[in-house]
Amino acid sequence: MSDGFSFARIGAVLRKELVQMRRDRLTLAMIVGVPMMQIFLFGFAINVNPKHLPTAVSISDPGIYADSVVAALQNSSYFEIEKATNSPQEARAMLDEGDVSFVVEIPANFSRDLVRGAHPQLLIESDATDPAAASNATAALAQLFGDALRDDLKGPLAARAQTAPAFDVVIHPLYNPEAITQYNVVPGLLAVILTMSMVLMTCLALTRERERGTYENLLAMPVKPLELMIGKIAPNIFVGAIQSVLVLLVAKFVFGVPMIGSLLLLSGCLLLFITANLAVGYTFSTVAQNQLQAMQMTMFFLLPAILLSGFAFPFRGMPVWAQWLGEVLPATHFLRVVRGILLKGNGWTQIWPDVWPLILFLFIAGTLALMRFRRTLD
Amino acid sequence: MSTHSEPGRSQGLAIDVRGLTKRFGRKTAVNGIDIQVPDGEVWGFLGPNGSGKTTTIRMLCGLLKADEGTGTCLGFDLRTEAEKIKRAVGYMTQKFSFWEDLSIRENLEFVARMYEIADARARVGDTIRRLGLERRQSQLAGELSGGWKQRLALAACMLHSPRLLLLDEPTAGVDPKTRRDFWDEIHRLSGEGLTVLVSTHYMDEAERCDRIVYISLGNIVARGTVAEVIEQSKLFTFIVEGDGARHLAETLRQSHGVEFVSFFGAALHVSGRDRDALERALAPYRGQQGLAIAEAVPSLEDVFIQLQEESAPQERPAPKERAPQ
Ligand SMILES: Nc1ncnc2c1ncn2[C@@H]1O[C@H](COP(=O)(O)OP(=O)(O)OP(=O)(O)O)[C@@H](O)[C@H]1O
Ligand SMILES: [Mg+2]
Repeated sequence: MSDGFSFARIGAVLRKELVQMRRDRLTLAMIVGVPMMQIFLFGFAINVNPKHLPTAVSISDPGIYADSVVAALQNSSYFEIEKATNSPQEARAMLDEGDVSFVVEIPANFSRDLVRGAHPQLLIESDATDPAAASNATAALAQLFGDALRDDLKGPLAARAQTAPAFDVVIHPLYNPEAITQYNVVPGLLAVILTMSMVLMTCLALTRERERGTYENLLAMPVKPLELMIGKIAPNIFVGAIQSVLVLLVAKFVFGVPMIGSLLLLSGCLLLFITANLAVGYTFSTVAQNQLQAMQMTMFFLLPAILLSGFAFPFRGMPVWAQWLGEVLPATHFLRVVRGILLKGNGWTQIWPDVWPLILFLFIAGTLALMRFRRTLD
Repeated sequence: MSTHSEPGRSQGLAIDVRGLTKRFGRKTAVNGIDIQVPDGEVWGFLGPNGSGKTTTIRMLCGLLKADEGTGTCLGFDLRTEAEKIKRAVGYMTQKFSFWEDLSIRENLEFVARMYEIADARARVGDTIRRLGLERRQSQLAGELSGGWKQRLALAACMLHSPRLLLLDEPTAGVDPKTRRDFWDEIHRLSGEGLTVLVSTHYMDEAERCDRIVYISLGNIVARGTVAEVIEQSKLFTFIVEGDGARHLAETLRQSHGVEFVSFFGAALHVSGRDRDALERALAPYRGQQGLAIAEAVPSLEDVFIQLQEESAPQERPAPKERAPQ
C-alpha cells in the first residue's frame, strides 16, 4: 500500500463502470441506438439529393435559346418551373421569399452574344441557406444547359458547340458564403453525435452515485480524484470509439461520403475530441446535485455545439460574437478537422490549428473537473 | 496492513478530538464535541434522531470538514491527513451505500481493489464464505434483504483490516442472532486491538460497549460506562407491577415528582430525580390489592429517556404518545 497514484484503483473503478454499463440496458441501447437514429434521421431528412426544386426563370431575351433552356429545365427531374417571367426583380423576390430555390436568368442579348461567340453568361442564383438541398441540382445545371444548347447550335454555329462551352454558367450561391456541399453534413453529424452522447454519458457519472447514496462510500475510500476521473471516463472512450466507427461506416456506405485523408490521423483526433467531451460531462457531474441539473447543463452545452459550431449554419455566416463563442467549443474545431481530413485530405500540418484548441480545451476541462471535485460531503 | 507507520501516539488514543463543531447553514448539528477513545475499546454512540451522531462520525473519517475543533484519528490529523485516515478506518454508512447493480462478489472485489489489498480474490472469497453467501455471491446487492445488506456492508468495511471501525447503526434491521454474532465478532476483534465506535439505538448493544457517549442536539450530555451513566443520571425508578398497573400510568404522569412513566410489558417504570417526591406520588397506591411497588436500579433506557426529555424539552411529545418499549 502506498500513498501514490494507483493504477489498480483506476482499474477497479473502470471495471465497476463497465459492469454497471453492461447491466444498464437503456445505456447500452443508447450507445448504438442514438447515433444510428441521429445519422439516419439527419442524413435522410436533410435529403442529400432532392428533386423537383421550385425554380423561376427570368427571361430578358426570349428566343429559341431561352426556349431550349426552359425545356431542358423542365425535362430535368431536379427542377420544377414555378414561374417564367421577364422581370428579374420578380424572380429575385420569389427567391428572397423562399417561394423558389433557384432563379435561372437569361440575360438580355443572350442569343446575340451566343451567336457572336461572346460567351454570354447564364446566371443562376440559388438559395444556399440549405446548401445540401441545392448543391446536386446546381451541379447538374451546367451539364444540362450544355447539352440543351448544343442542339441549337447547328450549321455555322456548330463549331461553337464543339469547342469550349459557348457560354458560361455563373452560379451565385446566395446567403451562404461557404457554399457547403452535401458531404459536409454527415461528417458534421459525427461531431454532434459524439458531443451529445459523450457529455450525456459522463454528466451522470458522479451525480448518479450521489443520488443513490454510494458517493459517501466512494469518498470514504482512499481513491484520488484523478484516479476516479480516469476510471470513470475511460470506459466511455470505448463507447465513443464504437459510435465513431458506426457513424463512419454509415457515412461511407450509406451516404457515400468520400474519405480522402488519413484515417489514422482521424482516429487520433477522434480520441482527443471524445476525451474532451467526456471531461466536460464529468465537470458537469462534479457540480450537479441531481440528474435533472446534469441534464440541463448538458443541454446548455449541446445547443451551442449544434448551432454555433458550423454544423447548422456556416461558421463565417455567423455574427462575430457567435463565432467567438463557437471557437471555444470543441465541436467547432473538430468539425473543421473531420471535414478537412475526410473531404479535403488534410494532413497534420493543416489540421494543427484546430487540434491545439482541442488539447487546450481538454486540459482546461480536466483541471476544472479536478478542482471542482469535492473530497467531502459538504 | 501491519506495515503502517505509527506516528507519535503517546496517549494510545485511537480517537482524540476536541471541540468538534459542524454547522449546516445557521443550524449547529454538532456543538464542540470531545471524544477520546483508547485503543482497543468498543464505544457506543447514542442519542436521539437528529442529534448529530452521523455528522460526528463523518467528521471523524474525513467526509465532512469540521467547522471548529481539532484532533486525530489513529494519530493522523483530522484536518491535514484525511487521506491517511481513510485508509486505516473502516466506515459503515447508516444508509446502505454499496452498489445495488453490482453483485455481492463484485462489490467486495471493488472494495478490495480500492484499498489495494494483496490477493484480493482470496480475501473476498474468505469473506463470502464467512458470511455464508457462497451460493448467492453473484446475486445483485440490490436484491438482498435489508438485514443481509447490513451484513454485506459490515463485511465490506472490514475487508481491509482497518484499525478503527466507525459504524453508523450497523445492526439496524438485523435479526437477534445475527446481531449477537456481530457483537461477538466486534469483541473478538477488539481483543486483537481494533477500536470501534458504534452508533446505535439499541439498549442491549449500548450495554455491550466498554463505554457510551450520549449526545443530544449536538452536545455530549452523558458519558462513561453503563453503570456510571446510570449513576450520573441521579435517577430513581420504581417498578409498579400487578393488576391495574397500566391504568395508573395516566394519573402517575400528572403527579408531582414523576418525570416519566413507561411501560415494560405489564409493568410500569416510574422515574424521577426526587426520590421523596416519587415516594409521595406512589404512596396512595402502596398496599393496594394485587399491586407490587418496588424500587429498582434505573435501566439504561430509563436514563436515556430522561436525558432526551431533559435536553430537549421543547421536543417533548405529548405524554400519551410516548411509545412503550
Ligand atoms: N447535509 C446536511 N445538510 C443540512 N443539515 C444536515 C445535513 N446532515 C445532517 N443535517 C442535520 O444535522 C442534524 C444531525 O444529523 P445527523 O444525521 O448527524 O443525526 P443522527 O444523530 O445521525 O440521527 P439519526 O439517529 O436519525 O441517524 C440533523 O438536524 C440534520 O437535520
Ligand atoms: Mg444517523
